[in-house]
Parts: sequence; C-alpha cells; structure tokens
Amino acid sequence: MVKIGDAPEGIEGQGFFATSLDKAIGLARANSLWPLPFATSCCGIEFMATMGANYDLARFGSERLAFTPRQTDLLMVMGTIAKKMAPVLKQVYDQMAEPKWVLSVGACACSGGIFDTYSVLQGIDRIIPVDVYVPGCPPRPEQIIDGLMRIQDLAKNESLRRRNSDEYMKMLESYNIETTEK
Amino acid sequence: MAVHLNNDSIIHAVSTAAGSQTTASVDNYGMLNVIVSADDIISVVKELKENQGFIFLTDLCAAHYPERKNTEFEVVYHLHNLVTNHRVRLRVQLSEQKVSVPTLVDLYPGANWMERETFDFYGVNFEGHPNLKRILNMDDMDYHPLRKQYALEDETRDDKNNTFFGR
Repeated sequence: MVKIGDAPEGIEGQGFFATSLDKAIGLARANSLWPLPFATSCCGIEFMATMGANYDLARFGSERLAFTPRQTDLLMVMGTIAKKMAPVLKQVYDQMAEPKWVLSVGACACSGGIFDTYSVLQGIDRIIPVDVYVPGCPPRPEQIIDGLMRIQDLAKNESLRRRNSDEYMKMLESYNIETTEK
Repeated sequence: MAVHLNNDSIIHAVSTAAGSQTTASVDNYGMLNVIVSADDIISVVKELKENQGFIFLTDLCAAHYPERKNTEFEVVYHLHNLVTNHRVRLRVQLSEQKVSVPTLVDLYPGANWMERETFDFYGVNFEGHPNLKRILNMDDMDYHPLRKQYALEDETRDDKNNTFFGR
C-alpha cells in the first residue's frame, strides 16, 4: 500500500482519532499541492525531468499541474524573468487564491543569476513574496523535489490563521499586493 | 534594372543618387560599404531599391563609438538584391548632438520595427516614423541601454560588493 502522509499527532482510541483542525488541514494541503509551473528557460527543462517518470513529482501529491492560477496553490517560478515579464508574473500571483506558496527555482528566479543586466528582474522576490528558494544553475531534479518538500513542511505546519494575520497583510502590502478581505 | 551588377556599378549609382560626398570601401569579407550622409540616405536607398533591385532590407541597426568626435553614432543599413545576390551596407554617421535620420518606412514597411528597436536601444530619432516608441524594453525605461555611456549591469542592485567581485 502506498503511504502518502503520516498521521499527525493526536489522541487515538478505539474507533476514534482526535487531532487539531490545523494539522488535519495541513496534512491535506501538503500532500495535494497543485503547482502552476511558470517555466521560462532551462530550469523549466529540469522541471520537466522532475515531473517525468524518473523523478516523478506525483509521489508527493503534486502531479496535478494547471496553468490556471485560480485553481493552483503553488507557484513554481523556473527561469529568467525579464523586467517586461514581471507584471505578468505578478498578475498570475495575484490571481491565485489563498492559501498560496511560491517556489523560486534556480539562480535567475532567485537573484537574476548571471543576467545582471538592465533587462532582467534581479530576483522575483522584488515583486512577489517567495517561500522557498532552490539554488542552482539549473538545479537538479533532486533539488527541485527538496524545494517542494520544504514547501510541504510549510504547508503542513502553517496555522490556519496565518493568512488573516496583520503580519501577513503587512507583508503583502509591502509588495503592493491588494488585500481585500480580512 | 542594371543587368550586370557589380561593386563599381553600385558605387556609381549611389554617388549619382547622393547629393553630397559618399565614401565606398570593401570590407574583409568582400561586402561593399558605403558611407552616406543623413540627408542623402532616402534618395540613395530609393535608387538602390527602385533601379538596382535591392528590394530587401536585411537589417537596420546602430552602433555607438563614444571615442569618435562628431561621428559618435552610426546607423547601418543592409540591403540585399535577391535576384543577383548582391549585398550592400550603407552607413550613416551622426554626431551625438543630432542623432537623427529620416525614416525608411515609406520605402520598406519592414523598417518600422527595426527602427523602433534601434530607437529603443540607441535613441536614434527616425524622422517621420509613424510610431516611434520602445519595442523591446519596458515602456518606462528612461535611457537607451546600448549606448556605451550606461552601465550594462542592473543599477538597482546593491548586493554586489566590489570586494566580492574583484572590481
């Protein structure tokens, strides 16, 4: 039998199991992250290998890729983001529903990489908040998987109230991202 | 159309069409170069297109030579005669006081985007261009990045310490 996730801490007895809602929901979220691959260059090729049968990201519950921001919760940015592409990336992030995470894959997405030039965004964290950075030029599929597992850790341990906290709102506002509801 | 096209006949056609002095030379790869003044470029290109069969504008670009006084900029036109397979390169030298040449859009519609690109990267003003605005860079960019007076690096970065990069 394939075991996808360990049961969270809780109280177990005959015919019942009690745990906190945070943990139950975290478990579900972490093991069914729906990625939106925003692949612009060679890191995207590594990502294709990551999705393929050899590395098989589906083992982590992330095989359901979608190019529709409204139905995904993990934005994977892989590749050089030109300054002209930046508003597009930001719009994609804006359109994703909470809770959402961002995985920045490769030197270019993290910091501009070798493209220290007038036309390239020097790291996507200049326009959107990033949860996990994967270094490498390009990173190997193992590293991308490791990055995804760090995202799973974040999702698993996240408080249900985090996205409504003042801290989170302030963080979004610091990126000039509109916060509508509270 | 001239039946036997060669460098001499092209130079003759160009110097006849141009009102002022032209300078012709052949580069190491056998390609004919003609330096034409900005005032003559339209009549020269018109002659080459309509009478010499250079119906194709292969490329249009610019170059910046900051060390050359009064001819800091050069706008370069590559024309191709597709029938006889002759090529010619026309160069217009410009001073940085007036980086401006007439547009070729009326002769070659394909010049439209090439001139926008040249404007984008070098700030060359193409007089009479129907839509001279940036084409590749961000619209809000306030300089012309391939001019050699600007740093190639992204100037908004503050984490690149010279001690770490051996500069």
